[in-house]
Amino acid sequence: MYLTALDMWIILAGVLCAAACALLGNFLVLRKMSMMGDAISHAVLPGLALAFLLTESRSSIAMFIGAAAVGVLTALFTQWVHSHGKVDEGASMGVVFTALFALGLILIVQAADHVDLDPGCVLYGAIELTPLDTVRVFGWRIPRAVAVLSVVLAIDAAALMALYKELQISSFDPNLATTVGINARFMHYLLMTLVAITTVASFEAVGSILVVAMLIVPPAAAHLLTDRLGAMILVSMVLGVASAVLGHIGAIWVPSLFGFGSTTTAGMMAVACGALFGLAVLFSPRHGVVSKVLYQAMLGLRIIREDVLGMLVRAEERPGQGALSAADLRRATLAAPIPLELALLRLRATGRVVREGGRYRLTDLGRGEARSLVRSHRLWETFLSRNLGLAADHVHPSADRLEHVAGLADEVDVSLNRPAADPHHKHIPRQE
Amino acid sequence: MTGKGLAQIVAAALALSASAAQAASPAQAPGASGSGWGGVVRVLTLQDYNTRVVVLGTGLLGLAAGIVGTFLLLRKRALLGDALSHATLPGIALAFLLAVLAGASGKSLGILLAGAVTTGVLGVGTILFLRHYTRLKEDTALGVVLSVFFGAGVALLGVVQKMQTGHAAGLESFIYGKTASMISSDALLIGVSGLLATLVCVLLYKEFKIVCFDAGFAGSQGWPVIALDIVMMVLVVAVTVIGLQAVGLILVIALLVVPPAAARFWTDRMHWMIVTAGLVGGAGAMLGAAVSALAPRLPSGAMIVMTVTAVFLASMCLGTRRGILPRWLAQRRLARRIARQNLLRALYEWSEEHVPSGPSVTASEAARHPPMPTDALLAERSWSPMQLRQQLRAAQREGCVVPEGENGWRLTPQGLGEAQRLVRNHRLWETFLIHFADVAPSHVDRDADAIEHVLSPEMIRQLEDLLDAVPRAGQVPDSPHPVAVSRAGSARGRT
Repeated sequence: MYLTALDMWIILAGVLCAAACALLGNFLVLRKMSMMGDAISHAVLPGLALAFLLTESRSSIAMFIGAAAVGVLTALFTQWVHSHGKVDEGASMGVVFTALFALGLILIVQAADHVDLDPGCVLYGAIELTPLDTVRVFGWRIPRAVAVLSVVLAIDAAALMALYKELQISSFDPNLATTVGINARFMHYLLMTLVAITTVASFEAVGSILVVAMLIVPPAAAHLLTDRLGAMILVSMVLGVASAVLGHIGAIWVPSLFGFGSTTTAGMMAVACGALFGLAVLFSPRHGVVSKVLYQAMLGLRIIREDVLGMLVRAEERPGQGALSAADLRRATLAAPIPLELALLRLRATGRVVREGGRYRLTDLGRGEARSLVRSHRLWETFLSRNLGLAADHVHPSADRLEHVAGLADEVDVSLNRPAADPHHKHIPRQE
Repeated sequence: MTGKGLAQIVAAALALSASAAQAASPAQAPGASGSGWGGVVRVLTLQDYNTRVVVLGTGLLGLAAGIVGTFLLLRKRALLGDALSHATLPGIALAFLLAVLAGASGKSLGILLAGAVTTGVLGVGTILFLRHYTRLKEDTALGVVLSVFFGAGVALLGVVQKMQTGHAAGLESFIYGKTASMISSDALLIGVSGLLATLVCVLLYKEFKIVCFDAGFAGSQGWPVIALDIVMMVLVVAVTVIGLQAVGLILVIALLVVPPAAARFWTDRMHWMIVTAGLVGGAGAMLGAAVSALAPRLPSGAMIVMTVTAVFLASMCLGTRRGILPRWLAQRRLARRIARQNLLRALYEWSEEHVPSGPSVTASEAARHPPMPTDALLAERSWSPMQLRQQLRAAQREGCVVPEGENGWRLTPQGLGEAQRLVRNHRLWETFLIHFADVAPSHVDRDADAIEHVLSPEMIRQLEDLLDAVPRAGQVPDSPHPVAVSRAGSARGRT
């Protein structure tokens, strides 16, 4: 597979669209208005139709203005139904955009008898056709979509840079924004206007509903990857651009794997967005699902290891013992067999425990660590009983969890004036 | 600007909808071309078999969608149907693809709907997963699932359309809806599924109700909240999927959202809301389908949506419970009542001023002292001369005041009784504020002024029990603070 100049133009159009959408989408996601993009992209239909009916021509500027105006009206109507009719916000959005969409369909049907063009491009866009429709800019022939999307991207970027602080504050805390003198309502409608313009411009590249993918999915993925707004915007743009590129390549390549011809680029762009988003959901370092599961599993194993060490050192304190079987350990630590085996393997591999005749015994290294754990446990018990007034027979479960919090034991020790014995009159080992 | 692109889009929509509309006029029977009166009658009386099937089928769909949508709305998940309906597209395309690969026709409605249900459920599952296990909010989860699933559907459709075998043209009717492609078995399927969904809602009414209003409480009472939620979502999936063919996947959301939202304006009681939403949905769907059958070039899905939206707008304006007009009227009524009561109280305090003795003014005493001049009344409150005249006229009509002399007003015995009750309420509340809320006597008048109009008889009885040394019912206590009734023209100084 190789890419021609046509492919490069298609990819460029997709990249520009993705960048413009991702730029604004961050604010939609943060303002919990993700579905507004969906509503606007559906609702621009009557705007297009009305402009067509009124001007009786396919004048581009009229249609653009009509669509953008209806986009803003969608936001206004939704707000109006929500506040005057006291209808739930999602429901009012649903009412408004379906009504507008239906109205647009009827208008369009009434407007003309028959026009023979590919019916697909309302929903899927016609990004494959963009290189065929060119304009001359500074003597260069470039696709019209690329020129338009560049302008829209520039407008979005300029508005964002000029009003970054205001948008940031009003997105996170509209009340604070109002108290510091920012007109939050103006910011809301400015954002809606930008979204409407961007949606209309992206329409022909990715189609009406797939604009939503570009608006929402990359910022949602970025939201999982970072906690800072600036970084989130950058990451979302990178992800959007990547999914535009991957989408076009995927549209050519993926169906051929199954023996089919190529498919629509716009659809595959949305799928690529979804794939990148899926990766972020699973593997984001801090908020990913897999990362969280892994972290918890590691924590669980560490706790079992420390419990095993603790059990072994307590066994040494009792006369005549000092080694425990796996069954003893399982009873004592309440761990499931497989995690316990894993923990024991790790302890033996790192030389903290040795196995002699089916029983486990501490090495010197293990004993040192175990002592500090037991020390931590008994210090916490003392702390809980002395400073928090817990009864001596109630401190054990809490201390069992607290002992794994590393690093605080020394401070507890100092704050308790280095006690010699815990509430159960067990000796507290001293740190060497 | 984006001239050719937009033009293309519009033209495409034109072509699409025109073809849909041509096909979507189910009752274009040869005899009734939809234009003559006979055609109208034929359609409205459901004489054509085709019309009957389509109209009744969509009516049952609307009924079921209205009922199921009520639970969705109360659960604040109205847009879930939106995401769900978009998520059915890849299933439809995939089912078609697999059916064709397996050698089947690919056009079988059963196979396509099975595919739709599969990815629809997958979509809902993804939304729930994202909401519970990531930091993303519900709206973002909806947007992500909606767009990515739809994108996948579009990509699969792209593949399908380039296939050599199996013509895929019919698949697009799922996006915009095309009742004409319904045959009687399809309508039967829609009707039966709609009835089943309705039946499940009726059977599980109590359980759904408790989950909708207080899921936490339902859980604490031992109801299986998650299982009930799943049943509810399955119903939504069912309604959405069977609605695909009638109104298309973009507009089926309207049937789930709009009728319940319209019903909410009429009632606060859940069972009435369900009945109303079901009726609005059913009647709207039938009417919309019938109208689109009447005239050429009216797409059925869009007509159904426009019909229910018209009902919604009417409900929003007129709905007896939450409609804008009734709410406004009620507020106006209250404002007028308050103004009239203020008028009566001002007249009574004037009487008190001129009857030196006794705790409460009697009718004969009130008839003897000079009437209250309009100027003095005007200075009592911040009403304009015109408002005051209106109030006086209204009070006169009710028989509470009579004009006397050139410019004077006097309470009738009936007005006196009403005024005594009001002043008594006012002063009881003032006394209560002074004794129990530690409000300074100089500040209680304003607080009591606001509340005297809404004190119920029970509250008055409680106040009487609470406060010692209040005169028996009918007697007006002395004001706990000096009352200065304005002299004619002079500014009023209450303390």
